[in-house]
Amino acid sequence: MSNLKEVFANKKAFIPFVVADDPDIETTVANVLTLAQNGADIVELGIPFSDPVADGPVIQKADLRAFKADVNTNVVFEIVEKIRQKSSVPIVFLTYLNIPFKYGYDKFCQRCQELDISGLVIPDAPIEEQCELKPYAEKYGVDLIPLIAPTSADRIEKIAQSATGFIYVVSSLGVTGVRDELAIQQLSETIERIKKVTDVPAAIGFGIHSSEQAGKLATIADGIIIGSAVVQIVADGGDVQKNLGEYALSIKDAISVKA
Amino acid sequence: MKEMQKEAKDVSHYGEFGGQYIPETLMNELKNVANAYNKYKDDPDFLKELHDLLNNYANRPSLLYYADKMTKDLGGAKIYLKREDLNHTGAHKINNVIGQALIAKRMGKTRLIAETGAGQHGVATATIAALFGMKCEIFMGKVDTDRQKLNVYRMQLLGAKVHPITSGSMVLKDAVNAALQNWASRIDDTFYVLGSAVGPYPFPEMVHDFQSVISKESKAQILEAEGRLPDAVVACVGGGSNAIGSFAEYIDDKDVELIGCEAAGKGVDTDQTAATIERGSVGIFHGMKSLFLQNDDGQIDQVYSISAGLDYPGVGPEHARLAELKRAKYVGITDDEAVNAFEYIAKTEGIIAAIESCHALAYVMKLAPTMSKDKIIICTVSGRGDKDVASIAKYRGVDIDE
Repeated sequence: MSNLKEVFANKKAFIPFVVADDPDIETTVANVLTLAQNGADIVELGIPFSDPVADGPVIQKADLRAFKADVNTNVVFEIVEKIRQKSSVPIVFLTYLNIPFKYGYDKFCQRCQELDISGLVIPDAPIEEQCELKPYAEKYGVDLIPLIAPTSADRIEKIAQSATGFIYVVSSLGVTGVRDELAIQQLSETIERIKKVTDVPAAIGFGIHSSEQAGKLATIADGIIIGSAVVQIVADGGDVQKNLGEYALSIKDAISVKA
Repeated sequence: MKEMQKEAKDVSHYGEFGGQYIPETLMNELKNVANAYNKYKDDPDFLKELHDLLNNYANRPSLLYYADKMTKDLGGAKIYLKREDLNHTGAHKINNVIGQALIAKRMGKTRLIAETGAGQHGVATATIAALFGMKCEIFMGKVDTDRQKLNVYRMQLLGAKVHPITSGSMVLKDAVNAALQNWASRIDDTFYVLGSAVGPYPFPEMVHDFQSVISKESKAQILEAEGRLPDAVVACVGGGSNAIGSFAEYIDDKDVELIGCEAAGKGVDTDQTAATIERGSVGIFHGMKSLFLQNDDGQIDQVYSISAGLDYPGVGPEHARLAELKRAKYVGITDDEAVNAFEYIAKTEGIIAAIESCHALAYVMKLAPTMSKDKIIICTVSGRGDKDVASIAKYRGVDIDE
């Protein structure tokens, strides 16, 4: 088990997401360091996959930029090595199961431990399909961060009970026709059910852009995950470090007031 | 023996292959589909409705046709063709669509979505949606909407909306990605009619069961015609739906050789191929552990075949298992061989067969002469080839005005 749970102690965690090697190694290293210096409590680093079925168009485009830079699994580890020379910010990987599977679960989790990667978020590995990876994750102290979706229903308790690190609660924000208030009410109920069975922190992600949304959601969750909005800042170019820093500070500020 | 025990315990796997590697968002819905399928698959009312539609709407049973001229010309084994091309909508795809759509109806769904490569599965889904009065949206790679324009218009005529997919390599795999995403965002009213023997459980099992009508019929028909089982059953394999249906009833008949023909594209040893079983390695994608064409990092390859229906980087988990157990053999057929077979079967038997099916016919052309005249081959003609005429003409450098 990693130290992820401690990150959430006495504060609301801000968890931004960037795609590794988007658009190159140096920029990714700089982006992660900037986020860490401006309020990010955990950084979620995406290892690109050719067919990211759980990701939206903004992240798909970032994956393509990374592939253009010839990203591969070892390049991503190299990026983390460079980050680790300057920062000990907690990092979790987001990727698809075929990436660690092909690398070899044992070797992959061992590299994670060596580089102080705290956890893995793997959208296509529901709890039923984690049994092959789990022994290696446990051996090397890497948490498998489970996802809970708006459709999880009776699965919520089962998933929460076996969770370590933190739980990624997928919001229905951004889904056509779902109003924010409705989404927040549903999320609130989901988190209440999680809290009844575990003290593992629950962070909300998906569809969060503005500091207002982040602030509202921070009243019901232990942390806020922001993906596309951060990746879009990288995509927009210009003074990316300045823009990322300001954005991170604004989110951190919005969620901290509520703490 | 160990594997057998695992299989007995776990219906969602074929040895190590199969499973449900799918985002959490879809897990409960997959369970609902599996529950509904298991509830209805032996239900007399369901089976009555299924068989009524298969026989009275889809034109089953399909013929088992003795290809006399082809047999004599090749000079070896007797060749029988299982004529799935004569089904309503022109391919085997309708068998599975009727089954899955009946499950969807019983689950109270009002909207069907599907991926399609060559367009045959999309046409079949659009057809049944029209018949059942359901909404229908089809996801098809942009490369495929361009090379299968006729089928795109057929789907539109049937009232379906066709989405050309421009992500990734813009072929079948990308259409599956898009269909999965669409399903995840709208499970309330939507049923994903998966057309190939791929994806998470229970799809490979449903496709196996609904397509096994092919071999149930062919077995009875060959016993009637010849008084014995065939020596070989040959079918083309992309994801593997017509092949699994053609093999299903013979899997326990160890003397019947089962041969799946993959699309080798420009050649099995080139990078322009879709020969998954010969060239692929174990991986996890599209909800299943199976064999995939992929690089050392686990990135899925962009594959190639002249056939839009076989242009897929993976294969169904049951085929991966049959290959591992060496119960079935899988061979690669190149574009050239398939196009030659397309022309050969047209001139010899007067049948314009789908370019997908011509991969199986091309192998029969090689196999039959090596077997003695008392041997029997059954080859599944999975679909008709009207849709391919324009692209074959183009392949031959003939300019025809569409």
